[in-house]
Amino acid sequence: MADGLSEGVSERVPKGVPPEGEWSRPPLWEGLRAYGLIIAMWIRSTMAYRASFAMTAFGNFAATAFDFVAILLMFSHVDRLGGYSLPEVAFLYGAAGAAFGLADLTFGSMDRLGRRVRDGTLDTLLVRPAPVLAQVAGDRFALRRLGRITQGLLVLGYALVTLDIAWTPLKVAMLPMMILSGAAIFASVFVAGGAFQFWALDAAEVQNSFTYGGTTLLQYPPTVFAKDLVRGVTFVVPLAFVNWIPALYVMDREDPLGLPDWAAFLPPVVAVGCCALAGLAWRVGLRAYRSTGS
Amino acid sequence: MRLYAVVAAGGFRRYATYRTATAAGVFTNTVFGFIVAYTYTALWEQRPQLGGYDLSQAVTYVWLGQSLLMTCAMMGGGFEDELMDRIRTGDVAIDLYRPADLQLWWLASDLGRAAFHLLGRGIVPMALGGLVFDLTLPGNPLVWLAFLFSVFLGVLVSFAVRFLVALSAFWLLDGAGVGQITFLAGMFFSGMLLPLTLFPGLLGEVARVLPWSSLLQVPADVFLGRHTGWGLVGAFAFQAGWALALLALGRLLQSVATRRVVVQGG
Amino acid sequence: MDSDGSGFIELDGIEKVFDVRRKAGLLRRERHQVRAVDGISFSVARGEMVGYIGPNGAGKSTTIKMLTGILTPSAGRLRVAGIDPSRERTRLARRIGVVFGQRTTLWWDLPLIDSYRLVHRMYRIPDKRYRENLERCVELLELGELLDVPVRQLSLGQRMRGDIAAALLHDPEVLYLDEPTIGLDVISKARVREFLRDLNAQSRTTVLLTTHDLTDIEQLCARVMVIDHGRLVYDGALAGLHEVGESERTLVVDLERELPPVELPGARVVKVEGPRQWLAFPAAASAAPLVARIAAEYPLMDLSVREPDIESVIAKMLSRRKVPDPAVSEEVAERSAL
Repeated sequence: MADGLSEGVSERVPKGVPPEGEWSRPPLWEGLRAYGLIIAMWIRSTMAYRASFAMTAFGNFAATAFDFVAILLMFSHVDRLGGYSLPEVAFLYGAAGAAFGLADLTFGSMDRLGRRVRDGTLDTLLVRPAPVLAQVAGDRFALRRLGRITQGLLVLGYALVTLDIAWTPLKVAMLPMMILSGAAIFASVFVAGGAFQFWALDAAEVQNSFTYGGTTLLQYPPTVFAKDLVRGVTFVVPLAFVNWIPALYVMDREDPLGLPDWAAFLPPVVAVGCCALAGLAWRVGLRAYRSTGS
Repeated sequence: MRLYAVVAAGGFRRYATYRTATAAGVFTNTVFGFIVAYTYTALWEQRPQLGGYDLSQAVTYVWLGQSLLMTCAMMGGGFEDELMDRIRTGDVAIDLYRPADLQLWWLASDLGRAAFHLLGRGIVPMALGGLVFDLTLPGNPLVWLAFLFSVFLGVLVSFAVRFLVALSAFWLLDGAGVGQITFLAGMFFSGMLLPLTLFPGLLGEVARVLPWSSLLQVPADVFLGRHTGWGLVGAFAFQAGWALALLALGRLLQSVATRRVVVQGG
Repeated sequence: MDSDGSGFIELDGIEKVFDVRRKAGLLRRERHQVRAVDGISFSVARGEMVGYIGPNGAGKSTTIKMLTGILTPSAGRLRVAGIDPSRERTRLARRIGVVFGQRTTLWWDLPLIDSYRLVHRMYRIPDKRYRENLERCVELLELGELLDVPVRQLSLGQRMRGDIAAALLHDPEVLYLDEPTIGLDVISKARVREFLRDLNAQSRTTVLLTTHDLTDIEQLCARVMVIDHGRLVYDGALAGLHEVGESERTLVVDLERELPPVELPGARVVKVEGPRQWLAFPAAASAAPLVARIAAEYPLMDLSVREPDIESVIAKMLSRRKVPDPAVSEEVAERSAL
């Protein structure tokens, strides 16, 4: 012991100067790295209970599938809903589901922040050399949420097979862009919702309105909803950019708000803006926590 | 009896403490209410009288669903996680030696919770929905009373099902899966996704006689005045029948489980 | 770095003020300020091992949270290893180790070793150093057979040892321990203390620990700081604390038969129960001469020494502080008016 540790001390010269490069690593990279390390641990933990994992993954899949079953039941009574056919609604549904599923998988644990503050375990994250956001986001990483993504992609696949779309290279490129940007928009809602809990510890449900509620909204055509509601989710909480606006372009349908065609290419821009705002909200929230302690 | 009244009051107060959570929940119920109400409007505009409801009744059904979602614990939540934990850790042995009955104890506590959720989470979303949508509200105060009684029976059925789920922890190492599947069934067969009257053919017939229809479909139909006279009695009998059957099954399982615990010495 | 005379951990006039909203009536909420830490200054040199004690709610954990960079001080200057904790939290994190007694940082469902592998990578510990440190911790904390056991199956004492090892793998220069022996059995406590003593002696790791167990302090810390109502009320040796507080230890003697109260200079009988008698004597004094005299003059069967508990030592000290110095009691009055 004496040898080992005292050697350690002498190796650590000069004191106070960190190993080379410690300051220069960009926080984004550090965050991703920490996130990767943490989710790997959670995946291993999950695999300790394989049967339970299989059952909950199936449950996750089934729970989401019910939404679609409800839509199918509706279409057993009508041919069109808000002027949209079943494959068209399926396209909206699949795109929203896949984007939301991706965000839920990667950032779905943000709603536990209030609980972590209350039971004091947030403090244990603050003494580690990694961004707190990455640690909170990776907390309880749940692979079972793949069930939701799978379900969304299956419905999207069904829509693509049955829809008669005049494909252009631009429209093809639109698909992955739409899902990734949509996931980023939802992810920033998760992060902003988490940040909100720094002030309102018990308000986890508020973010459910925007996340789960948002994805439910986006599963239906915009023509179903009141114009003001559509305006709200276009200009205030820009969820319309997750699937509505780009999907309408792909399906050659008119935008109910009469937005120009180029709006369909905005999702990546909107996503970056949302992430920046959410990051800012998180910083302000964390700073408030560190100065008030609760 | 006194004891259980105190337990019920405790259940009420326990949920009443979390005001922010209640406000946040009301907000969520309202948002979902709006979204679903618009989709129903689109559906009923094309098919007036679908499932026997007119547009206003259909939208009222949506808001009733949001109001009763927590009250009748359609997605679960409430006592069963706690009871499962106590069973898994063995703490339930202490409960069994108490001079109170396990099932009645948790029932009282859950009734207190349901009462709070009806008041705290049920009224405001409905009122907010009423500001924007044309709701069908009963004019006859007796219908309101009948509705409350039907909700009460619905809570009993909901409790009885969740009690069975919780007791499964005596035999299964991991009760989470059973819970999840039961609650999925609850979501689907209570009528929360769509009124059960819209379910086609055999699926609809089966769904309407399963216990979960007591949680939303039956109370909503009572509210909308679709059960009157002997039909109303029949609806109550349906709910009460399921409640008694499931509560009795719970008692049976409880006594088997108790013997097990006693034999194992806790 | 510590050659310029300044301490390794330095606090200068540190304050932490919280805004607390309290219910007043049905809907109205009153705002008022709580000074959890109210102007604390101290300095700890590299390699010191210091006990940080005080009643619950005195400001102990708030201080620790500021030292570890979790909380930002409201006022004052704070440096740990030359780093301002609140500004450079992650840089500091690589150089400190923290053990929260009641909140494990180990991974519940995974074998213990997996938690260490995560620390290895998250702190970017060079492989060779990691292996050496792990080997040493495993040996000294007797973790060898536990490495492959899922953490949820470990006893409280085993888990605490596991947590301490996890906090040391990256060679921290400072180790903060929050109640490291709480809830442990006697053997586990002894093992943890012995390890900490060796660590401090041999690798000059600076250790700051909070505890409710006076034996922790006695066996580990040459220096103890007492905090009360957010202020430092004592900073010095443990013996001095006993003197200031006039605290007493208790000698429990079992005589052959019932006898009148034992009469000895330097001790007084506080309780008699049949042949058993309790004698109180100043905590700073040695028990040996008393024991020798009793053994010589009375039919002694058995005896044991009981330590005063931390709460009573502090309580005595605090109650004494208020009496002699009028300036101090004024201060106290002011504070309670808050």
